[in-house]
Amino acid sequence: MTLLKSREAILALAIMALLVLIASRFPAFVAPANLARVFTDTSPLILLALGQMAVILTKCIDLSVAANLALCGMVAALMNGAGVPLPLILLTVIALGAALGAFNGVLVWALGIPSIVVTLGTMTIYRGSIFLMTDGAWVNAHQMSAGFKAFPRQVILGLPVMAWIAVLAVALVALLMTRTPLGRAFLAVGGNPHAAVYTGISVGRTQFAAFVLSGALAGLTGYLWVARYAVAYVDIASGFELDVVAACVIGGIAIAGGSGSVAGAVLGALFLGIIKNALPVVGISPFWQMAISGAAILLAIAFNAMSRREPGRIILKRAEVRT
Amino acid sequence: MQADPPAAAGPVLSLDGIVKTFPGVRALDGVRLQLHAGQVTALIGENGAGKSTIVKLLTGIYQPDEGQIRVDGRPVTFPTAQAAGRAGVTAIHQETVLFDELTVAENIFIGHAPRTRLGLIDRRAMRDRAGDILRSIGADLDPAARLRDLGIASRHLVAIARALSIDARVVIMDEPTAALSHKEIAELYDLVETLKAQGKAILFISHKFDEIFRIADRWTVFRDGQFVGEGMMADVTEAELVNLMVGRSVDQIFPKRPARIGAPLLTVAGYCHPTEFEDITFTLHAGEILGFYGLVGAGRSEVMQSLFGITQPSKGACRIEGQVRVVRTTAQAVEAGIVYVPEDRGRQGAVKGLPIFQNVTLPSLARTSRAGFLRLAEEFALARDYTQRLDLRAASLDQDIALLSGGNQQKVVIAKWLATKPRVIILDEPTKGIDIGSKAAVHDFMSELAAEGLAVIMVSSEIPEVLGMSDRVFVMREGRLAAEFTGTAMTPENLVRAAVGLDRQREGEAA
Repeated sequence: MTLLKSREAILALAIMALLVLIASRFPAFVAPANLARVFTDTSPLILLALGQMAVILTKCIDLSVAANLALCGMVAALMNGAGVPLPLILLTVIALGAALGAFNGVLVWALGIPSIVVTLGTMTIYRGSIFLMTDGAWVNAHQMSAGFKAFPRQVILGLPVMAWIAVLAVALVALLMTRTPLGRAFLAVGGNPHAAVYTGISVGRTQFAAFVLSGALAGLTGYLWVARYAVAYVDIASGFELDVVAACVIGGIAIAGGSGSVAGAVLGALFLGIIKNALPVVGISPFWQMAISGAAILLAIAFNAMSRREPGRIILKRAEVRT
Repeated sequence: MQADPPAAAGPVLSLDGIVKTFPGVRALDGVRLQLHAGQVTALIGENGAGKSTIVKLLTGIYQPDEGQIRVDGRPVTFPTAQAAGRAGVTAIHQETVLFDELTVAENIFIGHAPRTRLGLIDRRAMRDRAGDILRSIGADLDPAARLRDLGIASRHLVAIARALSIDARVVIMDEPTAALSHKEIAELYDLVETLKAQGKAILFISHKFDEIFRIADRWTVFRDGQFVGEGMMADVTEAELVNLMVGRSVDQIFPKRPARIGAPLLTVAGYCHPTEFEDITFTLHAGEILGFYGLVGAGRSEVMQSLFGITQPSKGACRIEGQVRVVRTTAQAVEAGIVYVPEDRGRQGAVKGLPIFQNVTLPSLARTSRAGFLRLAEEFALARDYTQRLDLRAASLDQDIALLSGGNQQKVVIAKWLATKPRVIILDEPTKGIDIGSKAAVHDFMSELAAEGLAVIMVSSEIPEVLGMSDRVFVMREGRLAAEFTGTAMTPENLVRAAVGLDRQREGEAA
């Protein structure tokens, strides 16, 4: 337990160090207004990382999140074009995202197909569906209503709605993880699936629930993404699923399942978000940016692997025998 | 080649004063074993007598702590599996270790394939030699066939051919007939005769007395990791062997307190499973401890798992206090008041990474939460109640369960199930692999539960434990209830005879 806490503390310290380093060369970056901007920019990553965290905790992975986001975003844009009111659009994209996640979940649960294969397949299906719906056409800013585009940017108490949605989602998922039987089940299923079965927890159903959560968050983020960037087409957020998995891994969510926290996922996403926003400012090429993210992932995994090793255990057992 | 006077003079392989210990267990305590060329030696003993450990020592998986292994009278060590193979010792395991995706020839020669001058595998030579070996044991198999297309009996032949391909002098067969049909068993016996004729020394491990008497020349009996005796099969009777296997008084002290046996609580009628067990019918009373004895693989755990909803019976009914309860999931079992403490705590019990208190409350979350939200204080209180009753030694209930010792993890797992307030508790090998002190605590606690009116089922392979703790004992054999013993009929001899099927054989002979 202290180990888990310390892992998140170490990541928080790393983020602080990163900010200090950037501030030493470019003080304006750490101005409150800019930090708020960085946080808002990172909100989609945080939202998706929360869902991915639940999925990874149950020993699965959801590679279809970015495609799900793009499909729901396109549906939101098309509904807006048809004059559907915004609250209804929001409900629809969340429900659609959840349904797409449920489709993943059913395949994993009922058919027992490994999640990496399932979501690799549905990722392509979801992207392809966007093309079928639109024939590859874009929905551009001038085709979207002002209200549709403005909602995520509306500032309340100094932060845009988009950032507030991320904050709210973090709070709700944290509540889910620490205060509900489902959150406990995520940890138990990933920590020891056999024991979970003997305890009356259905492994498949729990994994299904994680996929639904991940899908619903992706659907919501789909609207936010399209409205913020004021454009929808087949390839939006292409490759974003890898950023999401990276955020989780950096945040200490064990890829083998059963270990990880909301704080970790959020910090992992923030770490990536800060790097992404800071490097152009400091004048480093985006290719370095990818190398740095990659190095951060390897470092995080190496750190997790090292903290899991139990030094001297075998030797101690032998010593016990001799006495 | 036929004349082999040195081997005839002494054993090919001999073990002397072998000691092997594991944390808390003395698996082998100064045992001896001798294997002779052209003879089959049967190694006989109950579960836990040390038979598997001997196999692992002979094949280089384990190293003895003390004692001497000799081949042809020369001291040897087997630091690796390869070293054992070079010395000519090979084992055909219970679950034969072969590779599904490789061909028969590749399986036979994996690790020592014939090479061409360039150092590449000489596929033709490999196929030819594989064919020769297979023919020599009368196996009609295509060396180029893929292993995954073969049945279990053919796989055994491949394993045996593999043993011969490294010029083995000692062949260990660990329960080779466990998964075979009658016809396949007959073929295996022929094969054993072939190996004997070729001068191999064979170690034959089996629970089945009929086959031991049919094919073995010599016998060696182990009990609780100790050497009990050896001799020629011609000079011994079944009864003598059974006595040697169990020959001990129930000298360990079990704190069984007399409990008032109440009304029937659980009635199981005609439980069947397509592959695991058949026609299981019994009644369990409140305040009773019911022992289930049998050899490993007799189907005891499988019956218990179906009572607990892990697997579903194909037929049969389960009643609690006369009311039919459908148990298809573990959640339904818990609701019906049946809980099961599994044998494999690491895999099936403790959720490592979760703190102790959350492990305890995992099946009780419905009770400790309100309106769908967990109440941690309530969980903590529940966990504290039950872990205190079990005298759990832990720094804090907030600590990860992985940091506890095996005995203490067992206590947490038991506390977890008691916290669901069950009426029937099934304990599968409750004291396996835990130290003496924790054993006594678990036994004491079982007594206490029975005294409180719970019905307890104890699956155990330890005869003293079964006899010391149980009010009644069922013996299972090959997926069926073979016998029931109460009172003075509960003797080690009766239990073992029923478990190995001696009584049934007698009936067969009489008929």
